[in-house]
Amino acid sequence: MNPLYPDARTALQDLIQSGTHLAVGGFASAGVPTDLIGAVHDLQVQNLRLVCCSTQRSEHFGVNRLITNGQVTRLVTSYLGPNDVVRALYLSGKLQVEFVPQGTLAERLRAGGAGIPAFYTPVGAGTVAEDGKEVREYGGRRCLLEEAIVPDVGLVHAWKADRSGNLVYRRTAQNFNPQVASAARVTVAEVEEIVEDGQLDPDEIHTPGIYVQRLVLNPTPDRSVLTVRLREAR
Amino acid sequence: MPWTRDEMAARAAQELRDGMYVNLGIGLPTCVADFVPDGLKVYFESENGLLGLGPSPTVDEVDPDLQNAGGETTTFIPGASAFSSADGFAMIRGGHIDLAILGGLEVSETGDLANWTVPGQFVSGMGGAMDLVVGARRVVVLMDHLNKRGEPKLRRETRLPLTGRRVVSRVVTDLGVLDVTPQGFRLVERAPGVTLEDLRARTDAAVLLPGTPADAQDARSRVRRVR
Repeated sequence: MNPLYPDARTALQDLIQSGTHLAVGGFASAGVPTDLIGAVHDLQVQNLRLVCCSTQRSEHFGVNRLITNGQVTRLVTSYLGPNDVVRALYLSGKLQVEFVPQGTLAERLRAGGAGIPAFYTPVGAGTVAEDGKEVREYGGRRCLLEEAIVPDVGLVHAWKADRSGNLVYRRTAQNFNPQVASAARVTVAEVEEIVEDGQLDPDEIHTPGIYVQRLVLNPTPDRSVLTVRLREAR
Repeated sequence: MPWTRDEMAARAAQELRDGMYVNLGIGLPTCVADFVPDGLKVYFESENGLLGLGPSPTVDEVDPDLQNAGGETTTFIPGASAFSSADGFAMIRGGHIDLAILGGLEVSETGDLANWTVPGQFVSGMGGAMDLVVGARRVVVLMDHLNKRGEPKLRRETRLPLTGRRVVSRVVTDLGVLDVTPQGFRLVERAPGVTLEDLRARTDAAVLLPGTPADAQDARSRVRRVR
């Protein structure tokens, strides 16, 4: 059985301290663990090292809440969204940023969860992504040595969970969540629905419960910043 | 007359073949999906985790859990699949995506591509661009022939930070279509009314002619290079 916590703050208050290495799932506004991020914000812990796919447009949504609150000193990401406050922190040097190609970032987390300390990839060869990396040729292709990421704590969002912590994601809300869940030493999942064991078919599970240590229920995740693009009438 | 943006997207759509798996970059390349020739089934990939993207939704179809690589609402077609971003990039890096059509800032005559950052401007990060250019089996760049300052974007050497080296196969611009060959840029097609002289004057590299031996014309056209 996987402990279900009454709320996000209770699930996180003994896990997150100053200096915690934190990874957060989500891409754009899909699959973002909004309550868990809110709890980290409210706990006011400082000096966080944060890994996430990208930052957001709004300073009031997602990981931007932690960054603009001055809680993050080091960020590992593939893209800084168009937000002036986050950009200003980066330009002032208060926020150190390591840019990683998006697929390499996903793979570094996947490797972390799979016990592979490092791997070679052709992505970024011959570009600034090569700086400071070991280089080796495989099959005539220049490849870079990339190291796994093993965060202390992972925060993920899922559509459904059972009591054993098995997770099912929905549509593109899956994104980085499975890799964050497997890579982190302790993973807390915020889910929209929790069912009893046996109610999820083993074949439909995306993230086995072995990768999930704590559960929090949030039936109404924050959807306020969705970028709605509609089909044009033809 | 140079091609309009719609005509550029339509020309790029001629690169599509039935059954292809295709990744479209953000911006003009996204519009290529509006010009898929009738009768073709093409699977568009969104690297965040969807294969089989459909058109943008109607108001009733909006699903907050369905977003494309630009973070906008989208739909999916019958036969689509959803997966993690790690899988989304594994199928790119693993050589399973037939074609990527991407925007560009500069392309060199050896196929180097710069499309992620300009010195002096804010660095937002490379996102998935470096993964795409290395992984897709064929990379077509869709961009204007000149930049906003009127400078050629097709060049002997790129001046901007690279996204990837020797990765571009073909460039579609408002003036025409050029292939990157071992001898340099080779003209495939000109937009109506655009002369070879126009193209050469707006390209900072040799432009070889289609259908003639490369070596014979190589030296001549390099001498003719404008600026």
